[in-house]
Amino acid sequence: MFRFVVRRLLVAGVTLVVISLVTFGLFFAVPSSPAKVMCGKNCTAADIAQVEQRLGIDQPLPRQYAGFVKGIFVGRTYGSGDFRQDCPAPCLGYSFRNNQPVTEIIAQRLPVTFSIVFGGAVLWLVLGISLGMVSALRRGTVFDRTAIGITLAGASMQVYFFGLILLYLLVYATGLLPFPSYTPLTENPGRWAVGLLLPWMTLGFLNSALYARLSRAQMLETLSEDFVRTARAKGLSARQVHTRHALRAAITPIVTIAGLDIGTSLGGTFITETIFGLQGLGKATVEAVQFLNLPVVMATVLLAAVFIVVANIVVDVLYAVIDPRVRLS
Amino acid sequence: MVKLPEPRSGESPYLRVKDLRVRFDTEDGVVRAVDGVSFSVERGRTLGIVGESGSGKSVTSLAILGLHNAKRAAISGEISVGGRQLVGMPEEEVRRLRGRDMAMIFQDPLSALHPYYTVGRQIAEAYRVHHPRAGKREARGRAVDMLGRVGIPQPGKRFDQYPHEFSGGMRQRAMIAMALVNDPDLLIADEPTTALDVTVQAQILDLLEDLQGEFRSAIILITHDLGVVSQVADDVLVMYGGRAVEHGSVEQVLRRPQHPYTWGLLSSVPSLHGDADADLVPIKGNPPSLINLPSGCAFHPRCRYADRNGDRSRTEVPELRPAGEAGHLVACHLPADERTRLYQQDIAQVGVAQ
Repeated sequence: MFRFVVRRLLVAGVTLVVISLVTFGLFFAVPSSPAKVMCGKNCTAADIAQVEQRLGIDQPLPRQYAGFVKGIFVGRTYGSGDFRQDCPAPCLGYSFRNNQPVTEIIAQRLPVTFSIVFGGAVLWLVLGISLGMVSALRRGTVFDRTAIGITLAGASMQVYFFGLILLYLLVYATGLLPFPSYTPLTENPGRWAVGLLLPWMTLGFLNSALYARLSRAQMLETLSEDFVRTARAKGLSARQVHTRHALRAAITPIVTIAGLDIGTSLGGTFITETIFGLQGLGKATVEAVQFLNLPVVMATVLLAAVFIVVANIVVDVLYAVIDPRVRLS
Repeated sequence: MVKLPEPRSGESPYLRVKDLRVRFDTEDGVVRAVDGVSFSVERGRTLGIVGESGSGKSVTSLAILGLHNAKRAAISGEISVGGRQLVGMPEEEVRRLRGRDMAMIFQDPLSALHPYYTVGRQIAEAYRVHHPRAGKREARGRAVDMLGRVGIPQPGKRFDQYPHEFSGGMRQRAMIAMALVNDPDLLIADEPTTALDVTVQAQILDLLEDLQGEFRSAIILITHDLGVVSQVADDVLVMYGGRAVEHGSVEQVLRRPQHPYTWGLLSSVPSLHGDADADLVPIKGNPPSLINLPSGCAFHPRCRYADRNGDRSRTEVPELRPAGEAGHLVACHLPADERTRLYQQDIAQVGVAQ
């Protein structure tokens, strides 16, 4: 197990280096220059060159990349003399836009996206798996058909559609909920939850569709397994057979998909954040791309990659915990 | 009314099945998986149920344990286990009997054991369902004890291993330990050796016999293997198309078989003692569809002798009738003397029949 994790971490490291190189390269392949964007329309070529020099993007690419990597691990220094700016490790640079340290931007945005995703994930997993399981056990009944019909509707809707409907119904029309906002959990758990309820409901309902269908299918398959018949032959009650024997086996592929889903979402839930006006990672990424804000783009893209890679490792480890036949070596 | 073979020891049979019918309504029509089967098994005796796939043997055993989905299967007739009538009994009461008074050993132990739980835990679970007051340690002790009794070395260590860490034979032993953990009076073994190597098969059958001596359970052994039946069964029931076609002691059914279907089964099995060059005689054709069972004797389309009594085999379902010797029953329209003559003439020289 230990060796497995170490090996996977090494592979993950290589993956991240490749992703950062590609992002760096792509960024400079774009014809437009961030200096031009920052400087405005009336800039002369000399002005632009000056800005480029200040941002450090006049340097050759390998040197810029080396500086970026060095910043992450040991910190780096920008400029000199009066403009000298020390950036301690892990240094992700400064925003081209407002000179804010990128680490600070991440620290502000990450908790928002984390809160949205984790709350939503809890909702969609609980809702999806329980709906799917009950549907499987009552296959062919009205409950089954209704639940699966509703989840089909969910699966075919988009966040910006369903989210806006919820927003209209629960905020504008009835005033049951305040307009979504982010309050740190540590500051006021109640307001944190109330403020995020709408995005949670949106993500929860839409994503639960997939999980309901998946767990229903898995459950049906497991219920026809021989070991479920054995469990019944032992004289276990229906509930014990369904939870301890059938669900336990049906949950494995759901764990895989859930892990990857959550990992991907942590990189940013741009549409949800935008609809509900939440300053999360997704919004930061899109804005940075529009502004050619390289340090922010690099940081958010790498961070998203880190989440996916870590989610993969977590899923593999969980797999081995759930299924003893999977030996990690 | 069909007369059942009289119990030999005077004790009333532990399991008595009377006119059992199991029907499934499917989209293609009604499947009559079991169509009026009767038999009984006493404690300490073994009944072998023989037949091809689809003859209704497994459906019969699942019906006894009440494992059919009540919404899909329509079951009628009588199933009496230790004097209790199981057909129509509420599920909760049947559940309490399952695993305690009657237990089952399944065909493929790898798929019949849960892959995510240790073997010991699964056995202990079977014990604790019916001993709710037993603690974890007691259940573990009992499971380890049972693993030892079915011949698994180092049972204490094996308790904590998973099914995939066991060999095929050891898995089936574990399955047997699980079935016997509550001392059931009725044990149903559904093709318990089919998934195993021949050498391991013999060990498992020996084990079943030894354990029967120890636990005095009534055993139903479901198989398509006549060799297995001759080795461990006391009585044999031959099924075809959901009906019983021949019933009697092992000696009667295997040595003096009366039904052409039984002849077919016997002459399609090779024998070590016979002429090595003699060809086996397989039963031609395929098992019948249970939705559209052939009229009359269900075996008639495959029977070499069906034409010998006019239309009777095609139009009239033969009843299970005494075949001469006490307790030997056969469902065939051929006259008794002709059956004996045909057997001597055509069958007695082929396969294990000799």
